[in-house]
Amino acid sequence: MTSIRLVRDELRPPGPPSRRHLISVADLTRDDVERLLGTARTFESALDREVKKLPTLKGRLVVNLFFESSTRTSSSFELAAKRLSADTLTVKSVGSSVDKGESLKDTALTLGAYDPDVIVIRHPQIGAPQLVASVTAAHVVNAGDGKHQHPTQALLDLYTIHQQLGRLEGLHVAIVGDVLHSRVARSLLQAFALVGVRCTLVGPPALLPRELGAEMTTDIAAIRDADVVYVLRMQQERMQAGANYVPSLREYTARWGITPERLRAGQKVMHPGPMNRGVEIDPRVADSPDALVETQVRSGLVVRMAVLYDVLTGGPVGVRALAAAEVA
Amino acid sequence: MLWVKNNHGANVVFRGARVLDPGEGIDATLDVRIDNGVIAAIGENVDTNEHRVVDATGLVLAPAFVDPHVHLRTPGREDEETIASGTAAAAAGGYCAILAMPNTDPVIDSAATLGSLIDTARREAEVSVGFLAAITRGQGGEELTEMGELADAGAIGFSDDGVPVGSAGLMRRALQYASITGRPLALHCEERSLSHGGHVHEGAVAAELGFAGYPSVAESVMVERDLALAAYEEQRIHLLHLSAAESVAALRRAREAGVWATAEVTPHHLVLTDDAVRSLDSNVKMNPPLRAERDRLALLDALRDGTVEAIATDHAPHARHEKDVPFEAAPFGVTGLETAFSVLYTRLVRAGLLPLVTLLERMSAGPARVFGIAPPRVAVGAAADVVLLDLEREWRVGDESFRSRSRNSWLLGETLAGSVALTVAGGAVVFER
Repeated sequence: MTSIRLVRDELRPPGPPSRRHLISVADLTRDDVERLLGTARTFESALDREVKKLPTLKGRLVVNLFFESSTRTSSSFELAAKRLSADTLTVKSVGSSVDKGESLKDTALTLGAYDPDVIVIRHPQIGAPQLVASVTAAHVVNAGDGKHQHPTQALLDLYTIHQQLGRLEGLHVAIVGDVLHSRVARSLLQAFALVGVRCTLVGPPALLPRELGAEMTTDIAAIRDADVVYVLRMQQERMQAGANYVPSLREYTARWGITPERLRAGQKVMHPGPMNRGVEIDPRVADSPDALVETQVRSGLVVRMAVLYDVLTGGPVGVRALAAAEVA
Repeated sequence: MLWVKNNHGANVVFRGARVLDPGEGIDATLDVRIDNGVIAAIGENVDTNEHRVVDATGLVLAPAFVDPHVHLRTPGREDEETIASGTAAAAAGGYCAILAMPNTDPVIDSAATLGSLIDTARREAEVSVGFLAAITRGQGGEELTEMGELADAGAIGFSDDGVPVGSAGLMRRALQYASITGRPLALHCEERSLSHGGHVHEGAVAAELGFAGYPSVAESVMVERDLALAAYEEQRIHLLHLSAAESVAALRRAREAGVWATAEVTPHHLVLTDDAVRSLDSNVKMNPPLRAERDRLALLDALRDGTVEAIATDHAPHARHEKDVPFEAAPFGVTGLETAFSVLYTRLVRAGLLPLVTLLERMSAGPARVFGIAPPRVAVGAAADVVLLDLEREWRVGDESFRSRSRNSWLLGETLAGSVALTVAGGAVVFER
């Protein structure tokens, strides 16, 4: 078998595909999301086989460029590329020329000289993926840029919810915690809007940006109406004394921590990881069968396989992303 | 208080220009003759005196511009701008005088550093340049500079631009002491505990893109504080680069109550909103940030009715490699000297939002008054500080190289209408297309 037919031909654009990126969920259409999730399902069934490697991206080079610490995202992208037989090269800022003060542009130009097909980038600053897209010829996939976007996380969460509840349209998800500093929440809000999931943001007032225009409340009781409770990580560095987003982690936990008592029976709980057990999520919740954290990690692998496959081969993803990159 | 190199006084006749001087109340097609750098005759069919004759048919001749807020990056970052390059850029933008901010390296906080800048200006400056000195030593916000000596040495005003004077008590002392100099304090109004870490106006765009917000109230709360102090001490202040509707409202109330406060606004705050940040282009990153449409409209109203009497470019050159980074890592600031008139003419005057005479006034006499500079005028006997404007010419920003050493313009690639054809500053022709 030399290729897998994953995309219906009528969905393919006429002519050769332009250079495609996945930088923001805002660049995707509902069709894009459905195609990506469908592709991921196809890959998932392929992973049930004894030999899990597919030859689809043989000879392609995927560079993972990580300027922030990451366990699940970097391992997931690396394994996704390997399962599709691509060559991978992972560069982390620690121990690279970044330590010597090299600029992002120069690092991108250097790696671009190897002609990578895809550059996966995680960076603490908003807009870093656009910058890489503007100075290299690679397809760029955003693996998290500052507080801006983490589109593959949103896609894998949609995949997980659909897999568990059998549908997306008409569901209700409550996102709980530090929305202000969360790229996951920003990406999810846009993704939920695309597929018709109602979303309520719940958390302390200073961590809910009112300008997002989303449904929001400070009352934790609001989570009981939701089909899924999506718990955000309380980032310790944001909660240092003096920041005063909340008076203390203790008070946060008392008011907004997700405990079994605050959940309905059978309510699904998700978390992008890494979890702070005992802070935003009670250990009893984290370890319950209704917590989908490991399912999310498994979804991450197949969704990232689908994304790599799609940017290199598929339909009309990221038209706006491309335009944005050309402006940058 | 203004310095320029020794240029030769021009002998030239502009034939058939539309002479437009709001201050003198002139709007007529006339000839203007300049003898040895001084306006000698204004009228129809004036004698040429065997001078060079410039056919100015179809062009506007107006008082040249004054920019109260420029960063010349000298001393310290001469790779980004020098007095020579910055004043050449000013000449190309139609300016006859610009004022430079003291946030250089070292900060202009002593008579010695100011003196060396003045020496350089006397050698290099294409158009007149004035220097503001710091309010506090090293702009550290703790000790006042020796304002008396600095004023004697030639400082035209005082500013900690780029850094707010955080302490209200120190601000009060600065107001009290500056009164002996008769020079204004030019204030950068920002409450750092509210703006801290912010890159983008706190609004829908920052929320969606994930930027830390720099709210309007970070500016307006400081504007209110400084207006209250100026009222209490009965001293004058000049508010730099206003950006927020609430600041404008506070200024308007204070002026009606008799507080001697003036203010300036930049072309980018008059034309853009935070929506431009969606491009993630580091050339729309400035402090204060681009704000919402209601703020932009409030600034435009205030400019129209004279509450804000000066247009300032806040020309802030930056090295290319420092702007070629992700938005959050980029320094604040954009260039503006070479595009200010054209962009405001195109986006405001041509769009019917601002009368041309108001634009000319706010770019020339308005800022001159704020700093006690004699307003440029088209009048017999006045030193020739005039600009010839071609309102029909369209041009693309960046097609010709900038005179500035930096090119961090938010208008790169934009087509603008109206350009400077010729600038006479201090009696000399300093720019000609």
